[in-house]
Amino acid sequence: MALDGHIPSGPLAEKWEKHQFELKLVNPANKRKHNVIVVGTGLAGASAAATLAELGYNVLSFCLQDSPRRAHSIAAQGGINAAKNYQNDGDSIYRLFYDTIKGGDYRAREANVYRLAQISSHIIDQCAAQGVPFAREYGGTLANRSFGGAQVSRTFYARGQTGQQLLLGAYSALMRQVEIGKVTLLPRREMLELVMVDDKARGIVVRNLISGEMERYVADAVIIATGGYGNAFFLSTNAKACNVTATWRAHRKGAFFANPSFTQIHPTCIPVSGNYQSKLTLMSESLRNDGRVWVPKVQKDQRAPEQIPADERDYYLERRYPSFGNLVPRDVASRAAKAVCDEGRGVGSSGRAVYLDFADAIKRDGEHVISQKYGNLFDMYQEITNENPYQTPMRIYPAVHYTMGGLWVDYNLMSNLPGLFVLGEANFSDHGANRLGASALMQGLADGYFVIPYTIGGYIAANAADDVGTDHPAFDQAEQAATERIDKLLAIKGKRTVDDFHRELGLLLWDHCGMARNAEGLSSAKQKVREIREEFWQNVTVAGTAGEFNQVLERAGRVADFMEFAELMIDDAYERNESCGGHFREEYQTEEGEARRNDDDFTYVSAWEFQGVGTDPTLHKEELVFENVHLTQRSYK
Amino acid sequence: MTEEQSRRKRDAGQSDCLSFTISIWRQQGLNDKGQMVSYPLKRVRPEMSFLEMLDVLNGELERKGEELPISFDSDCREGICGMCGLVINGVAHGPGHGTTTCQLYMRSFADGSTITIEPWRAAAFPVIKDLVVDRSAFDRIIQAGGYASINSGSAPDANSMLISQELASEAFDAAACIGCGACVASCKNASAMLFVSAKVKHLNILPQGQPERHKRTVAMVEAMQQEGFGNCTNEYECEAVCPKEIAVEHISFLNREYLKAKVAGK
Repeated sequence: MALDGHIPSGPLAEKWEKHQFELKLVNPANKRKHNVIVVGTGLAGASAAATLAELGYNVLSFCLQDSPRRAHSIAAQGGINAAKNYQNDGDSIYRLFYDTIKGGDYRAREANVYRLAQISSHIIDQCAAQGVPFAREYGGTLANRSFGGAQVSRTFYARGQTGQQLLLGAYSALMRQVEIGKVTLLPRREMLELVMVDDKARGIVVRNLISGEMERYVADAVIIATGGYGNAFFLSTNAKACNVTATWRAHRKGAFFANPSFTQIHPTCIPVSGNYQSKLTLMSESLRNDGRVWVPKVQKDQRAPEQIPADERDYYLERRYPSFGNLVPRDVASRAAKAVCDEGRGVGSSGRAVYLDFADAIKRDGEHVISQKYGNLFDMYQEITNENPYQTPMRIYPAVHYTMGGLWVDYNLMSNLPGLFVLGEANFSDHGANRLGASALMQGLADGYFVIPYTIGGYIAANAADDVGTDHPAFDQAEQAATERIDKLLAIKGKRTVDDFHRELGLLLWDHCGMARNAEGLSSAKQKVREIREEFWQNVTVAGTAGEFNQVLERAGRVADFMEFAELMIDDAYERNESCGGHFREEYQTEEGEARRNDDDFTYVSAWEFQGVGTDPTLHKEELVFENVHLTQRSYK
Repeated sequence: MTEEQSRRKRDAGQSDCLSFTISIWRQQGLNDKGQMVSYPLKRVRPEMSFLEMLDVLNGELERKGEELPISFDSDCREGICGMCGLVINGVAHGPGHGTTTCQLYMRSFADGSTITIEPWRAAAFPVIKDLVVDRSAFDRIIQAGGYASINSGSAPDANSMLISQELASEAFDAAACIGCGACVASCKNASAMLFVSAKVKHLNILPQGQPERHKRTVAMVEAMQQEGFGNCTNEYECEAVCPKEIAVEHISFLNREYLKAKVAGK
């Protein structure tokens, strides 16, 4: 089946405005008759819920944390991009669009990305008006910095906590609507099933995490904004509760999963230090603006970093990429770190780390300047590692950070299931095969504040929803399926813990479907995933009961879904016989070891249709048409 | 042993293991009485985070299968989401300064010691289970007025409103609150004044917050009182444990703002 992205015709710059006009409108007086479910309260979910409520819809807002303010968007450090060109340094909507398409290695839709760039400016206006305390210049205007390899300064920031401040802005807008009575807040709820009635998404079944009871909710449309699936790898920079369950449950009901193998491995994280470790910590890549990355020139050099003279150090990013140096995009920096560690030149006892050295910057600018810029990050590093980065270089290594893949959506952000919309990291739409720094916050808020309010109206206006109650048989079936799965998990009473299985799965994915992949490794990993999954369902131990607050049971359900999802990730990586962005297939590289795309055969979105656990999924292709951008080899030399 | 040697040893995963007696509050649910229960725990690495230590203890309990693992909240594990929060040896978020529970490492504790772990205790934060409490009262306080009312799409160009660096920075210091509730847990009155004052300060000093300034102050203070939080009696315990080092000066600011609002007849 060829997939239709429903991209409006006409010139690139006019598509969105034209489409907004063509979308049907819901009469203001009628909006209050329509209910919308929003699952997730991160930047995408909270901004969507708040905005839809402002428009007059009745919104049911769900999250699994105790408060919507805890969503993982809060952890984003660096900033948010926007094509304001406040710095007069050559930025424009077209440049942000172009950089995003190129950075994504030409595997994203032109129309979506252009719209994102167009909307970006409004996001900054909106957030500033909410009171987000962005960094300012002396004159009181907004400050910008260059970030993540961009050659213009288009990143807006609030110290090292931009995600937190933007999320608190969206959360405050959401809470205002709770007070007005347009949003019903349903925290500590986990979506376990999507409910389809007459082939339309009409509701969800959730587990109340406090009482353990199943609850049913019906609406005219369902929005999923539940983030990415990076925790499939167990160790990632994601929060502990991040999971694939909501999107995977929708996938099992027929929603296509797009580009699941596109994961972003962030180059600057604190290395793994023990087998008890529960998560990895990101050090903002803004550090690469002043830090120099190096390893010793010789293998297994045991000397302390200070004792290695300059001519025995390999500043490999500066050497390989003279024009971008330490600021190459994330995928390139991560692979380069892996390459030097694979050569045996990694540092630290595990040999899986490289130095990020501030000695030159401190000599040049003085310690106080570096401290002003990065003080909180240096403190954080010292807290975790007990080492002082002002005196000794940081040790860093890449870690799973973001997932570009997600549920397939069309230009309206609607999945192939009518009435099911997917926003933010949970969808696949805008970042292609590699996301640029400071673009995740932009996309989440663009989707929630400025895209979905229009497109969901178009859907609701054109699709009169039948009067369906939660007593509909489809709800009975969905609840029964969720209950049976939980009962099955509790009945196994095996020997191994949920985390134990999760770690094993994660390590397998990291080794064979992480920074570098090859056909042989992927085939063996697929078989191995099936074996781990089989053992999981025979030998996992899940304490407690279904009818209580039970965190082990919560994790067990999520890991069970990761076990199924992992196979899809591997299938996708296997099928894509090219290297692009974060997807690096060792068989497809240039002589210098750079990713080699195959535009003739793979300029498409892979959208997978579920066919049953253990049965190969069906691949649907959405061809990517580039009318404006000329496809080139990405080069940062 | 030099610092370098110990670093290398630690880095090699060869650091000496620590042993503790972990004394934890166990409570089945809201209506259960609850009690402290002790667990011996060996083979704790100094570089383990406090929550990883609890993960290890829970893993042992899960494998034994005799009693349920300990429930505790945590999410980002990097000190920003505000989800975690334990009273450790009587101190909210434990011995670290300006850190959350998840940013605490086992090297901060003496080998062989007993570590007591309790939930936030406040009437307004009822216990859900073990160390997990219900902090939805904070959401309801924000709901009462912790925002600048502006609909999506109606904002003017961001640079049309000039805000000095100093003001932006001052607002940020207050806005940095992560809503963890340590201030309440550490206060003998279980007062939420630091939390409320931080949000009032953030918005009331910025131009965006002016139109609703008085209304916001009064609504949030009233919501705080309705939720059953106590009053501030200037003990400064909140500031001492706040992971974001929110200053108690904000509380005096809140008091002045409340007075001004009342004088203005709001």
